[in-house]
Amino acid sequence: MTAFGYRLPAMSSLLIWALLWEIIGQLDLTFFVPPLSEVVVTLVKILPTPAFLKALYETAYAFLGGVAAAILIGIPVGIMMGKSRLLDELLLPWVNIFLSAPLTALVPVLMVLFGFGMTSIIITTTLFAIWIIILNARVGVMQINRSLIDMARSFGASPLEAFFKIYFWAALPEILGGVRIGIIRAVKGVIIGQLLISIVGFGALFELYSSNFLMGHFWAVLIVLFGLAFTISEFLAYLERRVAYYAAKR
Amino acid sequence: MVMPQIKPAAAVPPVAAPLDSAVSVRNVSKNYGKVEALKDLSLEFPRGELTSLLGPSGCGKTTLLKIIGGLLEPTAGEIEVNGKMVTGPGPDRAFVFQDFALLPWASVIRNVAFGLELRGVPRSEREAIAEKYIRNVGLSGFERSYPHELSGGMRQRVGLARALSVDSQVLLLDEPFSAVDEQNRRKFQEDLLALVRNENKTFIFVTHSIEEAVYVSDQIAILLPRPSRVSEVIRPSGFREKDVENIRRDPEYLDIVDQIWSSLRTYAE
Repeated sequence: MTAFGYRLPAMSSLLIWALLWEIIGQLDLTFFVPPLSEVVVTLVKILPTPAFLKALYETAYAFLGGVAAAILIGIPVGIMMGKSRLLDELLLPWVNIFLSAPLTALVPVLMVLFGFGMTSIIITTTLFAIWIIILNARVGVMQINRSLIDMARSFGASPLEAFFKIYFWAALPEILGGVRIGIIRAVKGVIIGQLLISIVGFGALFELYSSNFLMGHFWAVLIVLFGLAFTISEFLAYLERRVAYYAAKR
Repeated sequence: MVMPQIKPAAAVPPVAAPLDSAVSVRNVSKNYGKVEALKDLSLEFPRGELTSLLGPSGCGKTTLLKIIGGLLEPTAGEIEVNGKMVTGPGPDRAFVFQDFALLPWASVIRNVAFGLELRGVPRSEREAIAEKYIRNVGLSGFERSYPHELSGGMRQRVGLARALSVDSQVLLLDEPFSAVDEQNRRKFQEDLLALVRNENKTFIFVTHSIEEAVYVSDQIAILLPRPSRVSEVIRPSGFREKDVENIRRDPEYLDIVDQIWSSLRTYAE
């Protein structure tokens, strides 16, 4: 981006918003928005506390577990759906229903099925992330060049070899896109799970801070969460750019 | 006194000795629902020769090639390759694709070695073989390049090297030069003639270009559409031994091109 002939560094829009935030905070318009500087001070203060580290650990555990399940199940299922017409007809309606379903409303059902512990939170996270991963892997496989499949068959590829050497790589750009969006949805899923199922992790902190009107603390945790999600998503975007050289020429 | 020149006996064609066929297609039919793509088609492909399948678009020549390759099942009839019935793809046949079918995420050398990779040949061994064929098709120095960095002609050379490196007896070429520009196509055709002479493999070559078919073929099978059948088999004899530069000026070459055009012109849209 350039302004007035100068090249602006990446993410300079964030600086403008940070400045605006600080000004509004200093004007003391509402307790809901404390100055950014105050939030940052709070952030530095609470980061090393055991309560925060415990929350971070609990959240990271549920998040990584849920995302891993979503990826490990979602990608193969999506690839299968892209390969098999029958499976596609069977599963696609359900995938679409769950993609648009208000999953939050399902959380009480999960609690009945899987209890009030970590399992339910991980499953909630998975449910938020998996559908878009399935859909993207499916689309990635469906646009694959037919003659690549013929080529693999004619040179004697077994179904398993075709899966790992052709389908996966051919669909990789779409798969990575799906995983990136899925992970962003998983962040929502893990917090909603922690709020609704058992009050642990960042969910518990949000609950605690907001009910005590500790808005500085609330924003501090939100910034940490945003930072983590942003970092992971940028990493995946980087991987996507790594495969972009062949994405357009398949 | 001059020794009387003994005239060699006039070349007598080997009596009734049927040509040794590498591939036999017998009474093959292929239906797509109610549409008959191929009907009761039989054809012999002599060993060590190049046979072209030539015909207007939609005449089922690619379908026939895919059936021979084992990629499609015939509705009826059978294919024999070196005396063995075809039930699916096999190591005795290698395919060259119209759109090259290269792995865009893999380097030239991995693409060329991919057929060997699927056969479980160890890496160092298959890369040594691949390097040899990359050299043979004139792509030395491009081993580590990726397909998108190559021109269309170079990409098809990669496809050709891949098919050659698995050392199959039968090579199936599906309009291999149609996505290649004119100058490169001519170079390819000359290279193909050399390949047929040197490699002692059987080539089955699908094309819709009459000139190309007559230029490169030992035998031309003309397929007519709806439903597809072999209408004619032509074996050019006079100019095959000539220099590649002179073939296109040979009267027989020109006659055959004309003859084929007159039988195909009614099918042109």
